[in-house]
Amino acid sequence: MTDDAIRAQGLSKWFGDGTARKYAVRDVSLSTPFGEMLYIVGPSGSGKTTLLSMISGILRPDEGNVVVEGIDVWNLDDDHIADFRLRTVGFVFQDFHLFPRLSTVENVAVPLILKRRPWDDAIGEARRVLDVVGLADHAELPPGKLSGGEQQRVAIARAIVSAPDLLIFDEPTASLDGDTGRKIVEFVRRDVLTEHRSVLIVTHDSRIFEFADRIVKMEDGRIVSIEKGAHRA
Amino acid sequence: MCAGGRPPTAVSGGPPLELGDRVRGILKIAYKLLVNDRGKFTALLVGITFAVFLMIQVTSMFAGMMMKASATVSNTGARIWVMDRAVNNVASSIPLPDYVLDAVRSVPGVRYAVPFFSGGALVRLPDGTYQAVTVIGLDDSSLYGRPMLTQGRIEDIYGENGFIVVADEELPKLGNPKVGTEFELNDHRGVIVGMAKVSASGLFGIPTLYTTLSRAIQYIPSMRYTMSYVLVEPASAATIPRIKGAVERLGYLALTEHEFIDRITTFYKYRTGMGMNILIMTVISFIVGLSISGQTFYTFTLENLDRFGALKAMGAKRLELVSMILFQAGVTAVAGYGLGIGLCALLIALAKLRMPDYASVITFQNLGIAFGMVLVIAGISSYIAVRKVLKIEPFEIFRS
Repeated sequence: MTDDAIRAQGLSKWFGDGTARKYAVRDVSLSTPFGEMLYIVGPSGSGKTTLLSMISGILRPDEGNVVVEGIDVWNLDDDHIADFRLRTVGFVFQDFHLFPRLSTVENVAVPLILKRRPWDDAIGEARRVLDVVGLADHAELPPGKLSGGEQQRVAIARAIVSAPDLLIFDEPTASLDGDTGRKIVEFVRRDVLTEHRSVLIVTHDSRIFEFADRIVKMEDGRIVSIEKGAHRA
Repeated sequence: MCAGGRPPTAVSGGPPLELGDRVRGILKIAYKLLVNDRGKFTALLVGITFAVFLMIQVTSMFAGMMMKASATVSNTGARIWVMDRAVNNVASSIPLPDYVLDAVRSVPGVRYAVPFFSGGALVRLPDGTYQAVTVIGLDDSSLYGRPMLTQGRIEDIYGENGFIVVADEELPKLGNPKVGTEFELNDHRGVIVGMAKVSASGLFGIPTLYTTLSRAIQYIPSMRYTMSYVLVEPASAATIPRIKGAVERLGYLALTEHEFIDRITTFYKYRTGMGMNILIMTVISFIVGLSISGQTFYTFTLENLDRFGALKAMGAKRLELVSMILFQAGVTAVAGYGLGIGLCALLIALAKLRMPDYASVITFQNLGIAFGMVLVIAGISSYIAVRKVLKIEPFEIFRS
């Protein structure tokens, strides 16, 4: 185990070849320690989601490597990368991607079920985490019956239920109104981030910058600045 | 409050993930995704059920008709039937010369051989109308092939003008005669001396009368030769090939009971157009089922595609996703198959209440054919869905 939760070096991702080659991310190096809330910001098409995908073991880089907790992620085969994502990374997607035909508690239990926890144990643990995010009373409802903010909290509960060391948020406030978005990120800062966990957030939303430890700004696939966030300052 | 501590990491610790255990939980998710989407699940079930219903209904009708077409063979119970080579169904027998009987009796391995008559006649009913009947003439000395009597005594068949009538669904066509009822057959007097039951009724929906061979050929106009078939009981199963060979050398055909039934079935299947019609109907049923189920299952998968992608991003492996889809297709197929069979059985039972001679019987072969086709429908439907799910990249979920 290293001090850095994540160490990405020389990451590049391009599409097309020859003169048509277009870089989505170009020679990006980045590291983040445990206990940090790191924002990746930038305009659309700046490569922030691509960078996040390469760090979280979803998109294979064309160049460079990603070491998470001492594991060189992209040296693993596909099955081991899937296991890496299952055990180490929690995802909160922009559109939540909750299963509308499962109850809220069943949605939260999905990562545990993927990790071969018996069904009843997984549901029990999911209820506990729903309580953490303040939705214990909504456990049996389908996600469609919940508000946008509540669905976001369900997605967060699903991301943290298996206690991952790395949490990935893709535009967490994009589907929410300003006040709800702020409350959600505040909740993540207060109740989800731990000294053993790193949180990476891709966002456009400057209203939530105050909760960041550091803010990585990207343009045209490159990091143009790394600033201390308001929280650390 | 902080949720979650520090878990074991991917390669540094934690028990190895066993696919079997993971699959069990994920199948439960797959099941819930399927059945909780009631609209699509119902549409899938309707598609498969309807296809199974049609396939079993059509093939059962054919099986029922074939059973009836072979009724005389199965009711008689003879192990070997000797006939003219041109005979292809029991109703169109070609009379055999008497020497064939003697020749067959002389074949080594034949325990005994008896003549058998099958022909048609007209019965004049009390109201003056006529009813066609099948008349079976049994060997006078042995009455080999006689039916099981439910009323009367078999020896009364030797009495003057004695006939035994089969008390099946065709009996009312003779005015529900009883023991002692007199009737007129081809201008000859006849009298019912017994009521019998048989395992299957004939295909053409006409009543059956049994009498002795001598009376049958006396009452029914015939050509120079009068025997329809020679029924043979072999000394043992091992002698059957030798008997068949000897009959072959005589210029005739000897078939076991099953071979004769197969020959009749083949005739109706391939030489009457009936088989092709059944085949076309079965294929149409299959296409209907495949269209409805394939389309619905594909739509169902498309609607859940981003969730499958999310599962993939969270760490679900390809095999797990494939097993989810196959499981959903399998559950739908089995449920639809069961419902289809139930519906078909119910309809046949209801039809037989109204029409006792309704020719339809569900056989294991029909069930097997329908099950095979349902598996193909489920396989094709899930193959399309699997391809779609395997192609989706988790990265696309971020971009959505």
